[in-house]
Amino acid sequence: MDMISIPVVNMTPILPEIFLSVLAMVLLLINVFSPGGQKSYLAYISFFGIVATAVLVGAGWGAHIESFGGSVVLDNFATFFKMTFLIAAGLTVLISDRYMEREECNHGELYPLILFAVVGMMLMASGTDLMTIFLGLEVMSVTLYVLAGFNRANKKSNEAGLKYFLLGSFSTGFMLYGMALIYGATGTTRLYKIAAILGQMTLPSANILLVAGMLLMMTGFAFKIAAAPFHMWTPDVYEGAPTPMTAFMSAGPKAAGFAALMRLFLLALPTLQVEWSQVLWVLAVLTMTVGNITALRQDNIKRVLAYSSIAHAGYALVGFAAGNGTGTAGILFYMLSYSFMNIGAFAIIILVAKKGETNGNVSDFAGLGFKRPVLAIAMTIFLFSLAGVPPAAGFIGKFYLFAGAIQKGYIWLAVIGVLNSAASAYYYLRIMVYMYMKEPTEEFEWVQVTAPVTLALIIAVAGTLIPGVVPSVILQYAQMAVKLL
Amino acid sequence: MSNVLSLTTFLPILGVLLLLFIPKDSKGVLRNVTFAVTLVTFFVSLIILTGFKANADFQFLENVPWIAAGPFVMRYNIGIDGISLWLVILTTFIMPIAVLSTYTAVEEKVKEYMICLLLLETGMLGAFISLDIFLFYIFWEVMLIPMYFMIGIWGGKNKIYAAVKFFVYTMVGSLLMLVAIVFLYFKGMQAGITDFGLLQFFSLKLDLATQIWLFLAFAFAFAIKVPMFPLHTWLPDAHTEAPTAGSVILAAVLLKMGTYGYVRFAIPLFPEAAHKFAPLLATLAVIGIIYAALVAMVQEDVKKLVAYSSVAHLGFVMLGIFAFNVEGITGGMLQMINHGISTGALFLIVGFIYERRHTRLITDFGGLSKQMPIFATIFMIVTFSSVGLPGTNGFVGEFLILLGAFESELRWWTVIATSGVILSAVYMLWVFQRVMFGELDNPKNQKLLDLNAREITIMVPLLIMIFFMGLYPKPFIDKMDPAIKKLVSQVRVASVNAQVIPGAQQMQMPEGHPGMSQQMPAGHPDMQQMPSGHPGGAMPAGHPGMEAPAAPQAVPAVNPHDAK
Repeated sequence: MDMISIPVVNMTPILPEIFLSVLAMVLLLINVFSPGGQKSYLAYISFFGIVATAVLVGAGWGAHIESFGGSVVLDNFATFFKMTFLIAAGLTVLISDRYMEREECNHGELYPLILFAVVGMMLMASGTDLMTIFLGLEVMSVTLYVLAGFNRANKKSNEAGLKYFLLGSFSTGFMLYGMALIYGATGTTRLYKIAAILGQMTLPSANILLVAGMLLMMTGFAFKIAAAPFHMWTPDVYEGAPTPMTAFMSAGPKAAGFAALMRLFLLALPTLQVEWSQVLWVLAVLTMTVGNITALRQDNIKRVLAYSSIAHAGYALVGFAAGNGTGTAGILFYMLSYSFMNIGAFAIIILVAKKGETNGNVSDFAGLGFKRPVLAIAMTIFLFSLAGVPPAAGFIGKFYLFAGAIQKGYIWLAVIGVLNSAASAYYYLRIMVYMYMKEPTEEFEWVQVTAPVTLALIIAVAGTLIPGVVPSVILQYAQMAVKLL
Repeated sequence: MSNVLSLTTFLPILGVLLLLFIPKDSKGVLRNVTFAVTLVTFFVSLIILTGFKANADFQFLENVPWIAAGPFVMRYNIGIDGISLWLVILTTFIMPIAVLSTYTAVEEKVKEYMICLLLLETGMLGAFISLDIFLFYIFWEVMLIPMYFMIGIWGGKNKIYAAVKFFVYTMVGSLLMLVAIVFLYFKGMQAGITDFGLLQFFSLKLDLATQIWLFLAFAFAFAIKVPMFPLHTWLPDAHTEAPTAGSVILAAVLLKMGTYGYVRFAIPLFPEAAHKFAPLLATLAVIGIIYAALVAMVQEDVKKLVAYSSVAHLGFVMLGIFAFNVEGITGGMLQMINHGISTGALFLIVGFIYERRHTRLITDFGGLSKQMPIFATIFMIVTFSSVGLPGTNGFVGEFLILLGAFESELRWWTVIATSGVILSAVYMLWVFQRVMFGELDNPKNQKLLDLNAREITIMVPLLIMIFFMGLYPKPFIDKMDPAIKKLVSQVRVASVNAQVIPGAQQMQMPEGHPGMSQQMPAGHPDMQQMPSGHPGGAMPAGHPGMEAPAAPQAVPAVNPHDAK
């Protein structure tokens, strides 16, 4: 008697994803059946849900479990990235509530959407199959399109949502086409099987299908992580989207993009490393330089940070081009510290801005340093960290990224990287110039630091400073995480 | 007291914590507490001075693990020798003076100012005591932040331009140095070095091409800081705009970071490359001496004049260091301290009259000696010290530098540099004459008050040091001498190597050549070989860098020598 064989599925690797999805759906229901007005409790529930998920994820450290026939894996690499996503999401939730109230778009769907986006990112980090990665990517992207256009009454937000959607789907097309070509060349979508088949090929770099597929996938991911020359959407989307969502998009999805990119290229395509690291070399230089040079000329602070986030993707690509343990551990460390420092900086921007996203120019920070000294010090710490000045986490991150490149022998890449870093100091300093060295034009009396925002800022400052002074606390985990690749 | 070095370095940070609890309106308390903290730091540093034994070893060592991740191991590895000892003492000595000078000069945002001063002190001390290259880099960068804010917040009219220029200039240099540090580390790793500890890198054998690239990166960072012509343009801006205490610290200590960097890192780490570039750096130093003196002469702003005189003085220091002999380096080290004292004093003096008149233009003054006799006396002594009059500290340093450099391969450079001594006398005495003598015709100047007790108190320790070091420099030289001798012997070994290598490369080592250079006494003024033989040697134009292609070129340069 024939039986339909149902594979035994181990659910452990995706427990956090399941938990978060269920939580998000429950939140949706609560939102529907609760009266309008105050939505703060949704933020609190989401925050504690995220903390609980983080505990769940943390408990999986050290495990190595494959499931769903090898299309999903729970390993340290995935765990490290999942933590990064959760931290980004947790900080975002904390800074969202007050902002949404001020902008009068406090719809309860915001929090479930953030949670769904995190589920997508987690799948991207733990996916070991082209399809899983793609599914995760789509879950993340679709929710992000909505989040970018979340402020329905604001034209710029609408524009951001639509632009992100159009360009995002376009890039998804590229990626899918690339995956199809890889499947065509190897006959499988499992990453480790692809690697095995490539290992048997005599000259994989001569296989047009493979190389074209690799390049197309790289193009798709370059869109997602905002690498030049595929970065055009970034400034407009970052500027138009509600600021907490900008903060989230600059940290979470970028990390997720790198997670999938690293898994894909280091696990499935190591045989083509010579080829793709050359492409990444060029991509990294372009991305850093374009991001930094354009950021120099911006006046709107969200645009400054948008271009700077392009540049930061470039720094991370330096580590990826190196492709060795130092560089890849550097990416993990950098993505985590970038979440702290960048969301922290955005939290200050939210506080300083007025209703309708006004008061968002660099010059509007004039005199903040002595009117609101604590906020200004926090901002200073974030900015110095972004500029890569010790003793902040941003410095250690860049150190490992560039050191990876030097170890690999890409001295010039490292030199271009540090010169970029020096140039970037200029626009970060410019914000500090306004905060400390210009006379105040305002009293900043509207700046209200609520308890959740305070918590977010404390976490962000701690996350920026502690790994800067004692980097081993994070670095050792980052290194254990990349060991498997 | 085994941790006295750490204690000295981090006492100011404790002071910062203390300041945080003092309300920002009690300015008097803030000033006094800061002064007390710097004074205590100075007294603690005297323990180091008295406990320091005059030998070539590093002392007061502390070495604990700090970061260990991946290929990198960084340690909190500190210690001082005779070279860094005096710079540490100079720093702790200048700080209370600088703080005292701000009592009436800084009226706004006093708390923040004091915090910046204390953070700066920790940064500077940390850089001088670090024996871990990475730790040094951290302190080196951390120093930038408080200085940036000091210039930018409390500075003059063009403060923002000056502050940003200062920051970006220094950052470009130091980041390139960082690349070199990492590269050096990986080179060291191949040779079995397991952490960033500086001393073990001294024995690392590097081929000449690698040395040249690494030396260039280090030298560039330090040259910006010194600053050497033509990278000096940030200095007059920073000095002119910085508040008095900022200028004092900048001149007295911060600029020494650059020259110290050469003595501690660039030269002993890459001795052969240092020899190769000695003529170039000496040329730049001499250009700096002459050029800065000429520019100083035509300045209308007293502070700018003093700033340019700094460039000239540090040119002398560089000349002394690159003489590679005991006299030259001793002179350079002494001159570093002298410059700290006399230029620091000059900036204080400029600060005094600026506080009274809110102008620094030479033409606004004249005949002040009639109105301010004490001020005039002090100004004159400091001017003499800056000019290098015998009996003052400036003379000893300059004399040793010129002596050392004249006996080295840099003889002709020395001849030109000596004219800088005369030029410095010209511009310093001329400015003194214009400010102090002549008719007291400006009615505003006729009401000026002479120095008060606090101002005299600030100047007295500096005056004492000017005469003490000028008349009896022995205790200073005695403590630094063994360390300098060790440095010279490190570099001298390399000097022989440096002469062998180009010969080996060009003519595949004919018989007798190595013998010849061995017979040649080390430090012999070998003018012919230094400038001519080298440029074409190991580094052709468009050299592809430190990547793989460089290796095969470098190998023949070293192998014949190693085989020998």
